[in-house]
Amino acid sequence: MMWDWEFTAVVVPRLLDGLVITVLATLIGYLVALALGLAVAIVRRVRIIGPIVHAVMEFIRTTPLLVQLLFVFFLAPSGMTALTVGITVLGVHYAAYTAEVYRSGIEGVAKGQWEACRALSLPPLRVWGAVILPQAIRKVIPALGNYLIAMFKDTPLLYAITVQEMMFHASGLGGQYFRNFEAITLVGLLFVLVSVPSAILIRRLERRYAAV
Amino acid sequence: MGSIPVDFFIDRFPLYLEGAGTTFTITVLGTALAFVLAMVIGVLGTLRNPVARGVASFYTETFRGIAALVLMFWMAFSIPQITPYELDVTFAAVLALGLNVGAYGAEVVRASINAVPKAQTEATIALNMTWARRMRLVILPQAWAQMLPTFGNLVIELMKASAIVSLIGVTDLTQVARLQGQASGQTILAFGSALVMYFVIAQVLIVGVRLLERRANRRLGRTPPAGGGLLALLRPPTVGATATGGAR
Repeated sequence: MMWDWEFTAVVVPRLLDGLVITVLATLIGYLVALALGLAVAIVRRVRIIGPIVHAVMEFIRTTPLLVQLLFVFFLAPSGMTALTVGITVLGVHYAAYTAEVYRSGIEGVAKGQWEACRALSLPPLRVWGAVILPQAIRKVIPALGNYLIAMFKDTPLLYAITVQEMMFHASGLGGQYFRNFEAITLVGLLFVLVSVPSAILIRRLERRYAAV
Repeated sequence: MGSIPVDFFIDRFPLYLEGAGTTFTITVLGTALAFVLAMVIGVLGTLRNPVARGVASFYTETFRGIAALVLMFWMAFSIPQITPYELDVTFAAVLALGLNVGAYGAEVVRASINAVPKAQTEATIALNMTWARRMRLVILPQAWAQMLPTFGNLVIELMKASAIVSLIGVTDLTQVARLQGQASGQTILAFGSALVMYFVIAQVLIVGVRLLERRANRRLGRTPPAGGGLLALLRPPTVGATATGGAR
């Protein structure tokens, strides 16, 4: 059983189609995670609502993404496509992680900064927008970057809810032609091809921001 | 109306418990493999020898780059095609999860060993200790306390990732939920119950790791963080340090 190049020629275009969906789901999901995570990190500091939001996020963080995907997939109204469900769940799941990252950044801001805001009696919007967040987010950029790669690697799970990403095509074609070896190996190679350069890029970012 | 969800779960509790048992077993076996790999590769990564460092970074970059799901499918479906052997699906799952999480763990081990103050190493050299003795008696006990919180997160990650074994036909908690959902038509309840059980397993694992952390800190003569009792184990120990961890 050696590598079958003819089959490879059939598989690669389909996998590249899948890669587009994978990257799309990752990027949009990441935007959701970044925005929602920030909102959660801020709301967590509010009195009664804070602990409730925290508990919900903790539940999301300690249960499997795959089960969450299936849960929401069956719960979702029929008008919602699998891809939309996938992106939403991916985004909310990772928001639980990014919220913790933002929190550590916010807690890392020196106490004097808060006191100065109070002394100047700045409105809350300016406290967060002009003083706290610019300092907090800068420090956590590398940690946030890591989650982009983590999300990218979790996208094959969307295959379980019939999103047509790489694994979906690989598994379909592999079954059709009885050749899983090339199909799955190629998916693995494509993953390494995208995630290793991004990891190197993020490490470079990390060094740049660590120097500040 | 209100009693129906509870009935659903109580009727199927033995099935769910069995599924949870499989999930727990895969988690423990995967963690054992990941731990051994992380320790060996992590220590290799701290050596001066460029070959050892090359091997370590090749392993971590590769297995951190591939999704566990892809790795698992490859082992379960590609290996029978290119070799005369067929891996048992559970074994393939444990191998894939262990290799994947082991790569993250190796980075944690490497970073924790490097974070032990340089003076400790210098002192052991002044005392003429061998490398093995220095590692065993001085460096590793200190690095161990440092790496445990992140290891705890990784164990949870592995437990969560183990849900993918249902896609290759292992009857774990997720698979039980899927089957019960199909059989009863109550998919929401079926998966909801599984989510709650996963959450409980995670809490058990978290408490276990916190106990290990306490022990490691006590052995180094560090007092445990404020507050005793079982409930304190559920609270995060120190601010910030564990959440981001650099793991994922």
